[in-house]
Order: sequence, then C-alpha cells, then structure tokens
Amino acid sequence: MTHDPVPERSAHTRRTVLKSTAVAAAGTVAAANLTSVAAAEPVRTVAGGGPVEITLSVNGQRRRVVVEPRVTLLDALRERLGLTGTKKGCDRGECGACTVLVDGERIKSCLTLAVMRQDTEITTVEGLARGERLHPVQAAFIRHDAFQCGGCTPGQIMSAVACIDEGHAGSEAEIREWMSGNLCRCAAYQNIVAAVADAAKEVRR
Amino acid sequence: MRAFGYTVAESPADAVRIAAGTPNSAFVAGGTDLLNLMRDGAQSHDHLVDLNHLDLARIDMDATTLRIGALARMRQVAEHPEVRREFPVLSQALLASASPQVRVMAAIGGNLLQRTRCGYFRDAGSACNKRVPGSGCPAISGHNRGHAILGGSEHCIATHPSDLAVALTALDATVHLLGPDGGRAVPVADFHLLPGSTPQRETVLRQGELITRVDVPRTRAATRSRYLKLRDRASFEFAVVSVAAALRLDGRTVGDVRLAFGGVGTRPWRDTGVEAALRGRELTEAAVSAAGRVLVRDAVPRDGNGFKVELVQRALVSVLGELGGVR
Repeated sequence: MTHDPVPERSAHTRRTVLKSTAVAAAGTVAAANLTSVAAAEPVRTVAGGGPVEITLSVNGQRRRVVVEPRVTLLDALRERLGLTGTKKGCDRGECGACTVLVDGERIKSCLTLAVMRQDTEITTVEGLARGERLHPVQAAFIRHDAFQCGGCTPGQIMSAVACIDEGHAGSEAEIREWMSGNLCRCAAYQNIVAAVADAAKEVRR
Repeated sequence: MRAFGYTVAESPADAVRIAAGTPNSAFVAGGTDLLNLMRDGAQSHDHLVDLNHLDLARIDMDATTLRIGALARMRQVAEHPEVRREFPVLSQALLASASPQVRVMAAIGGNLLQRTRCGYFRDAGSACNKRVPGSGCPAISGHNRGHAILGGSEHCIATHPSDLAVALTALDATVHLLGPDGGRAVPVADFHLLPGSTPQRETVLRQGELITRVDVPRTRAATRSRYLKLRDRASFEFAVVSVAAALRLDGRTVGDVRLAFGGVGTRPWRDTGVEAALRGRELTEAAVSAAGRVLVRDAVPRDGNGFKVELVQRALVSVLGELGGVR
C-alpha cells in the first residue's frame, strides 16, 4: 500500500490520558503492508482544526492516521487507510453503504468523526474473513446472489452481521425492519433477505 | 465541512466550561444530526466539544422515576427491560425512529436537540427564518406537505422531528440541564419553544448549557401506553403524523390519559384540553372523536398539509381504541 500516511508533526496539544486498552488488540493477523504501531495516547484536543495524528484500531490492527477533526471515520478508512471496502454512498446517513462495526455494534461511518473513535475497535468488511474462509454472511450473500452492482453490499453485509448478532433475524419481516437502514438501488432485497435468513441459521448452529 | 477544533470533555462541568468559554462551539455526542447540518451549511461551528467520555449514559429506575442519562443511546433505552415494561411508548417511539445504525450512535440529549427536516431549512440556498432570521419562510406558500398545522407563525411552520420527544411530552418528563451558573430542571413540554417571531430559538437552552438527564415519572397510565407513527414508508422515515398515548381506565371510564402528537405541531404537541375532554368519561369512539375535534380547533392547514387535520384525529381514535379495547 503506497498511501499509508506518514505521521507528521502538527500544531496540536495532547493531554496525558492513558487508556488501559491501548494495546489490547495489537498483534493479530499481522498483514505485512499494514503499519502496526505501539500504544499511543488518544488525542484529546485539537486547537485549530488542523491535521493531527491519531491511532485507530481497525480489524485488529493499530493504525496511525493523520486527520483533521472534520474527517469522518468513513473518509479516514477509505482515503487515509486505503480500506475502500467500506463504501461512500450518500455521505449523510441515509443509505447504509458505509456501515461498519464499532465495538461490535453497527454504525454509519459517515456520521461520526475519526477523532471520536480513537478508543474503539473498528471492524470493516475487510476484517470479516478468516484467511481464505469467508464469514458465513459473506458466503450466504454469494449463495443467494444477494447483490447486483455491489455498491451497497459491504454495508449490507456488515449490517447483517450485527442484525443476526442482535437476534433480529428471526423472520423475513423482522429482517426487513432491522435491515431498513441499508438501501439497495438495484433492489436486490429479496435475495438479501434470503441471505440474511440463511446466514442466521448457520451462525446459530 | 468547514474546519473546526475539537476537545474531549472530561466531566460535565468541564464540558460546560469549555463550551461557555469557546465562541461558536457546539457539543457533539452521536453526531448523527450535527454532522449533516454542518455539511449542509445549516450550522457552522469553530469548535466541537466531545461528550462521549462523560459518565452520563446510565439508565436507572426507582419507585417513582425513570432516569435516563443524556448520553444513553437510543438503542440502549429502547431495549432496556424496565423501559419496555413500564414505558412501552418510549421504547416504541425509539424503535420507530431512524435506522438501527443511527440508534446505536445517537444519544438521548441530542435526540431532543435534533433540528427540523424542513427542506428549506436544510438547503443553504433557500431562504429560512430559522437559519437566517428575517430571510423569509418559503414553506408557507411552497412545499409544506410535511409541515405543521398547529403552533406555526407567519415566520415558521416547521415541525419538530423527534419521536422520542413526543413520547416524553406525553409522559410529563423533565429535562435536567447543567450550565455555567449551575443546574436547573425544565418540563419537557416547556423545553422546546414555539417559533413566534424568533424561529431560530428552538429550545430554552443557553450557550454552554448541557442536557445531563431526562427524568420520567412512573404512572399506571405509562405502563399502558403506545406510540402510533404514520409515515410514507414502513420504516426509516419521519412521521407524517404520530400519537403518543398513555391511558388508565377505571372500568370503562378514563381515569387518566396523557396525549402528545408529532408531525402536526411546531414542537412536540401537547394540548391538555384534549385530555380534559376525555378524563372522567366513558371511553367510546364518540368521546375520542370529540376530543380529536378539540385538538384541531385552532389548526391552520396549508395547501399541502390539510390532510393532517383529519389524519391526526383518526390516529387518535385508532391508538386509544387499541389501548382501551374499544374495537
């Protein structure tokens, strides 16, 4: 990956707030092209709105990234960390294409700032598979042909993982209600619902 | 989005101090409305004060009161066992709001402070008295299907979009605030302001003042409560019309009833005259219809939203019919 950010000095101040979780997730699945970094203090204040170096924990990797406070988590993932699996659809919380998990819960990454997520564990679609083995939800989407253009698919899959985990995949009606934050412009809903229902059975097994 | 500074608040007092001392600052918790407002240019801030590390997310209930920390998330409150048992209308209003992802993110305090979905307000290219005081209100003679029939003025007819606020209004909740001069408590029914000639002022909050908690009194009526939300699609949509209702029947007689309405007013709408028309009477469809006529007695329908006058009355009949077993 060529565009990993080069940490740079910037005019920010830091408070010395040490988080005990700072190194918790480091060291799993170390991909060679990712920069794994040791514990760094979360940035607690940025005076002028300029760039600041923070650490995000993404898919078990601690990654340094330089962002202005106004940079959304979505843009930090895609534009700074090169994790383009998470899609930018509407960029205003309406389509769900940017859905990721934060501490196991699903959120829309376009509606939160990267600086607000320093102390969390972020999971993107790139973090679901175990090596070559797909997550059951990914496999079910393929089995059921649950996509056409694929633009919404990473968000649908991340939302479905949480939907099943929450216990909201018990019936087709329940799946439709609890997946309603994810829109599909190709209207592949029939197959998406079938894939979620199928994956839910598998996850429960 | 314009650049802005950022500070994580370490305590509620710290948050208030920073916000009061930093010009053009705003609090951020979930950020689910604020970031869109800032993207659209409907709001602009030089500094955000992050509240997410404050210890204000607890939900407790004792013999008399449910206390919801301002940083409790919509999902937490909606799924809380005591909320579901003692205040079904709260859980239902939350689960009918937004999307599962937003409910994970959005905090209760911010939910009360979310801003109108009036398209003219959200579009920085349009006139809007709420966004640019004195610039005019295109909604009054323009696209106003989603707008208010109650509580409007010649300056603004925008509705308040929160379902939760409607439910809290019906339940006589109290909003607790912390400001530079200390704390105070405001009934939720007084928290949001009518637009009058100052639609840019939406709540009683002062600069630097923080919502810390919402208290909801336990009542028998609250345990028998319901939220009916009518919208243009089955899920993930704002209300066209909604009703929060809590009912205590003594036999067939209305012992206590609390009602609030969404989608029809410029703030979460409570009209105690409607409740007075029902209290002490037998709960019949005729009695509820009469109460509904009280609700809309001062309604001002516009070209696009006249249907709400009838729809809100039918919604009231429907929800009380269901709660009271009238049909």
